[in-house]
Amino acid sequence: MNRSTFRIAAAPAALLLTLTLAACGAANEGGATDGGGDSTATDAAPEGESLSGSIAGAGSSAQAAAMEAWRAAFESANPDATVTYDPVGSSGGREQFLSGAVQFAGSDAYLDDEEVTAAVERCGDGELIQLPAYISPIAVAYNVEGIDDLQLSPETLARIFTQEITTWDDPAIAADNPDATLPSTPITPVNRSDGSGTTANFTDYLAAAAPDVWTYGEVDDWPVAGGTGGQGTSGVVAAVNQTDGAIGYADESQIGELPAVNVGVGGEFVGPSAEAAAAIIDASPRVEGRSQFDYAIEIDRQTQESGTYPIVLAAYTMACTAYDDPADAALTKAFLDYVISEEGQAVAQENAGSAPISDTFRGNAQAAIDAIVTE
Amino acid sequence: MSTTAQTPAQTSSKPVRRPGDRIFAGLSTASGILILTTLVGVAGFLLWQAWPAITADPSEVRGGQGLLYYIGPLVYGTLVAAVIALLIAFPLSIGIALFISHYAPRRLAQALGYIVDLLAAVPSVVFGLWGVSVIGPMMLGIQAWSVDNLAFLPFIGGPASPKSMLVTGTVLAIMILPIMTAVNREVFLQTPRLHEEASLALGATRWEMIQQAVIPFGRSGVISGAMLGLGRALGETMAVAIILSISARYTPIITSPANPGTIAADIALQFPEAPTGPPLATLVASGLVLFCVTLIVNMTARWIVSRRAEFSGAN
Repeated sequence: MNRSTFRIAAAPAALLLTLTLAACGAANEGGATDGGGDSTATDAAPEGESLSGSIAGAGSSAQAAAMEAWRAAFESANPDATVTYDPVGSSGGREQFLSGAVQFAGSDAYLDDEEVTAAVERCGDGELIQLPAYISPIAVAYNVEGIDDLQLSPETLARIFTQEITTWDDPAIAADNPDATLPSTPITPVNRSDGSGTTANFTDYLAAAAPDVWTYGEVDDWPVAGGTGGQGTSGVVAAVNQTDGAIGYADESQIGELPAVNVGVGGEFVGPSAEAAAAIIDASPRVEGRSQFDYAIEIDRQTQESGTYPIVLAAYTMACTAYDDPADAALTKAFLDYVISEEGQAVAQENAGSAPISDTFRGNAQAAIDAIVTE
Repeated sequence: MSTTAQTPAQTSSKPVRRPGDRIFAGLSTASGILILTTLVGVAGFLLWQAWPAITADPSEVRGGQGLLYYIGPLVYGTLVAAVIALLIAFPLSIGIALFISHYAPRRLAQALGYIVDLLAAVPSVVFGLWGVSVIGPMMLGIQAWSVDNLAFLPFIGGPASPKSMLVTGTVLAIMILPIMTAVNREVFLQTPRLHEEASLALGATRWEMIQQAVIPFGRSGVISGAMLGLGRALGETMAVAIILSISARYTPIITSPANPGTIAADIALQFPEAPTGPPLATLVASGLVLFCVTLIVNMTARWIVSRRAEFSGAN
C-alpha cells in the first residue's frame, strides 16, 4: 500500500523536478542573452549603456494598474533594471518625490505653486517634468430598462446628481432625448462612498459645466446626501447593475456592459471614447507661469470643441531633468520614454483601460524626457 | 522517587521551586504585561495621532465643522448597525445553542457545533461580498414590501435599497452568530444535571425545564456572549465598507440607501486618500472614540459577569 502510493507520488515529483530544472536552464539562458540583449534596449538608452540599477516611484493608486503594467513590461525588456511603484496615494507620492525619497511620482493632481517651489529645489540643476501620461475617461453609466442611448446636457446631469430630478421621465431628460420613450422609474444616483480622484474629477466637471446647479465645487468626498454609495469603482458599477433606474460615474474601462451617457459638449453629445478623452487634453490650456517641461494642464471642462469628452481624469507623472546619480537619470529617462511610447500607452490601455495620449502631446512629452541629463 | 523528593520539601519551610516553575511564572507574567502594554500603546498611539484634530480649528478637521459634527453620525451609525445585528443574532444564537445542548441528537449536535465554529473562520471580506451580491438583492423584496405596507413605522422608509442599514445589520448578525452561539452552548451545557432532573421530576416538560433551570443559570453567560458579539459588530470594517451605502447623517430609517456610516468602515474607506494633517487625524480621532466605545462595552460585560460570578459558566 505504502509502496504503491510512493510510486504514484514519485512520477509527478520526477516530472516536476525535470520541469523545474528546465525552467532554471531557460532562466539562465535568458540571463546570458541579456548581456547582448542590451542592444535591443538601446532604443531606450541612447548611448548603448547597459540599463541596470533601480529607481523607485510612489503616488496615486488610480495609476497603480498602469504603473504595474509599465513596470512589468519595462523590466522584462531590461532585466537588470528594477522599477518599483508604491501606490501610497497622490499626496504621499508628491511628498516623497519632493523630499527626494523617490525618483519619480504619480499624482492625480499637478503640483501646486508651493510644491513647484519645493520641486525646483529638489531637482537642483535640472528642471521639473510634469506629464499627464495617464488619461482615463470617466463614464456616466446607467441602468434603465429599455434605454440604451441616453443624452444629457451638463445641467440635466448635475440636476440628476443633486437629486433635483427624481424620475427618468422628467421633462428635462425628455428635452435632451426627444426620440426616446422614457419610463417613470425613480432615479437612483450612485456615488463613491470612499474618497476618490474620480469623484474629484466628476465634481470638478459638474462645477465647471453646470455652475448654477452644482454648487458644491470640486470635492474628493461625495457631498450630496441621500444617494447610494458604493465602495470603489467596482462597488459603484455593482450598485448600478443591481438597481433599475440607477446612474453612477466610474472609470470607462470598468463599466462592463452598462451603457454610458453621451454628454452635451457644445451643440453635440459625446460619449466617453479614448479618442475624445485624448482630444480634451490637447484642447485644454496649460497652467500659466510654469516652466517649459511642466505640462500641468487645466482641463477645459466647459469646452465647446467638437469631438472632445470633458469628464476625464488626467494623472501626472513627475520627474526631474537632472539627478545626482547619472544611473538614476538614465533609468528614469528610459522608463518615461517607455511610458509615453505608443507601445507603453497601448500596454496601459490594455491593462488599465486608459486612453492613449495623442501624437501631438507625445511630441511635447518626448522633448521633456529628452532633456533629462544622463551624463 | 516521589517519596524521596517529598521528604525535604516537608522538612524545609519553603516549597520546592524548580527552574520550570520560575520560567513559566516569568513567561506568564511577561505575557500579562505585554497585553497591558499593547493596550496602553494603542490608546497612546491613537491619542497622539488624533491630537492634531482635537486641537485644530473646527474648520480644519474633516467635514469642516468640528469633530463632533463629523464623528457624531458615525458613532450613531456604528451603534445602529451593531444593535440591529444583536437584535437578530441574540434570539437566533440562543435557539441554536439550546438545540445543540438540549434538543439535537448527540451526533447531530456535534456536527452542528463544528459548522457554527466554522462560520467564525470565514473572512469578513467574504461576508461583505456575499452580502452585497446575494443578501442585499435577496432582501430587496422584503424591504420594498415593508416600505409599501409598513411605512408608518418610524424606521421604515423608501426607496428600498440592497445596500441599506438593515442588510448590513443582517450580515453583521450572521458574522457574530458563531461567537455568541459558542458561548451560549458552553453555558447551557454547564447547567447542573441535578437542577434539570429536579425540574423534570416535578413534572416540568422539556421547555419548562429549560425555562426554569437552563435559562436562569446561563443568563449572565448569555449576556457576556452577547457583549462579545456586540464588540465584534461594533468594530467590523470590511463587510460594512463593502455593503453599506453611506450618504446621510442621523436618520432613523434603516431600509433606504441614505445611511450614516460606521466608524471602522469610514476609516477604511477614507484613509487611503485622506490628506495629511487634521483631516487624517480626524479619522484617527474617530478610531479613538470607537476604542472607547468598545472598551465600555467590554467592561460592562465583565461587570455583568462578575456581578453573578457564582452562576457564570463563561469563567
